[in-house]
Amino acid sequence: MNALVDTRTTDAKRLIPGATGDWELIIGLEVHAQVTSQSKLFSGSSTQFGAEPNANVSLVDAAMPGMLPVINQECVAQAVRTGLGLKAKINKKSVFDRKNYFYPDLPQGYQISQFQQPIVGEGTVHISVGPDKKGNFEEVEVGIERLHLEQDAGKSMHDQHPTMSYVDLNRSGVALMEIVSKPDMRSSDEAKAYVTKLRQIVRYLGTCDGNMDEGSMRADVNVSVRRPGEGFGTRCEIKNVNSIRFMGQAIEYEARRQIAILEDGGSIDQETRLFDPVKGETRSMRSKEEAHDYRYFPDPDLLPLEFDDAYIEALKADLPELPDEKRLRFLESGLSAYDANVLISEKAIADYFEKVAEGREAKQAANWVINDLLGALNKAGQGIEETPVTPQQLGTILDLIKEGTISGKIAKELFEIVFNEGGDPAKIVEERGMKQVTDTGAIEAAVDEIIAANPEKVEQVKEKPALAGWFVGQVMKSTGGKANPQAVQQLVKSKLGVE
Amino acid sequence: MSVDTATVKRVAKLARIAVTDDEAKNLEGELNTILGFVEQLNEVDVSNVEPMVSVVAVDMKKRVDEVTDGNKAADIVANAPASDENFFQVPKVVE
Repeated sequence: MNALVDTRTTDAKRLIPGATGDWELIIGLEVHAQVTSQSKLFSGSSTQFGAEPNANVSLVDAAMPGMLPVINQECVAQAVRTGLGLKAKINKKSVFDRKNYFYPDLPQGYQISQFQQPIVGEGTVHISVGPDKKGNFEEVEVGIERLHLEQDAGKSMHDQHPTMSYVDLNRSGVALMEIVSKPDMRSSDEAKAYVTKLRQIVRYLGTCDGNMDEGSMRADVNVSVRRPGEGFGTRCEIKNVNSIRFMGQAIEYEARRQIAILEDGGSIDQETRLFDPVKGETRSMRSKEEAHDYRYFPDPDLLPLEFDDAYIEALKADLPELPDEKRLRFLESGLSAYDANVLISEKAIADYFEKVAEGREAKQAANWVINDLLGALNKAGQGIEETPVTPQQLGTILDLIKEGTISGKIAKELFEIVFNEGGDPAKIVEERGMKQVTDTGAIEAAVDEIIAANPEKVEQVKEKPALAGWFVGQVMKSTGGKANPQAVQQLVKSKLGVE
Repeated sequence: MSVDTATVKRVAKLARIAVTDDEAKNLEGELNTILGFVEQLNEVDVSNVEPMVSVVAVDMKKRVDEVTDGNKAADIVANAPASDENFFQVPKVVE
């Protein structure tokens, strides 16, 4: 293992004020990401979530005597892809070790993992923290220490029986990537941004579904505090945090707890803690430190994992565009940092946007996707995958605006109709008479009518030219919003004689 | 390198093997004999030699990613001292 290196310069605005002076928070993360694959890392049983108890278990997963592990080549490829996505060094030779400990959901009595020679070495992740009050984002680089492949454990349930725990081995042997960061984060916001970014990268790559609810991604959070300028303090590890929000709360709580102990003249015990989301606090796991003597040694059932440069290059050639590159491209096409960040947050959103923006104005497409589509989906509690409006339909709506067939206001109504009822937008406009009235004669008639009906307002407008806006509003209303607003404005002003 | 009785007892405990004090004393002697042998091996300079992991130079065998096993929950729990609805049952362990 490499020695811990302090890569950051202390930044006053990230310090935490204590009773006796400022403290600096140091965070490093180990993220466990379940590899997307059909079958397990060393056996041919399914990785499907939610199966009947012990249905996805082979004799290998149950650690029956004489069973031998055979590695799944897709899991290896997924780990390499993820390493490439983290701009990391890929190790052409890596070794599987046994990590020995006893727990009922670990039938082998050891976990097959990688210790001294992981498949992926050092890399970097760029995170964007913010926006601050001025709407600015700050770019921070977080170092990756390593990524290694290992087996997941089974699942224990403790609430099924008064004296017994229930063990289901369906998850036992599913491939995990443990992604270890350097201690490069200095606030809970940075840690949250880091996990969000990691999740984004693996989802873009298709190497992990990032589903934190189902436990496909979970984090062990290492937290310590120190006086600015001092060396690293003693850390505590908060185990198995399974949501980004909880992680933020756990870090904040743990930082305050450690500062309180140190300010009272105490010292921090290096220990493993659990976060209780109900109470919003961390508590010590009572297990003895001795239990963490894992006695690693190379697994004699498995040869070293070796591949050549050509293998890595082939995987590299097939990688999709990553979020950082996509973001850059979006910025170059004239989008704001905010718009770009929202659009790249999920690959499906970015793909949707690109279909809408093709051959159309990027900024306008971004506005419609972000404000109207994502807004409506959010309100309906749906994800982008469930969108009832296809990119083609939204594109047609934008075309109708551009051609002058409908006004911007009508377009919003049209979008709502398509969202709720579906159908071809152009046809809906035709059938429901939503076309913008550009015929000056018709608009003129409407303007004349409003002026004739409101002689007292006509008097007032001579004193207060701003009242012309009221007439425009009335005309728009009387035409059901279908009149071309520019044409109405012009006619109203000339007829009322205001500038 | 050598081990004392306390180390023997700790290693036994980590391996979940019950070892009496008398047995620990005997094991201490046996383990130290083995470790003494390993010390002798350590005298050979192998700093420029790649570790040999197999007597024949072969690449690790790999599987294609297909589901070929599973759906035998009853078999899996068949030998378990206690099971319920195809779950293994173990004395309650709560952290």
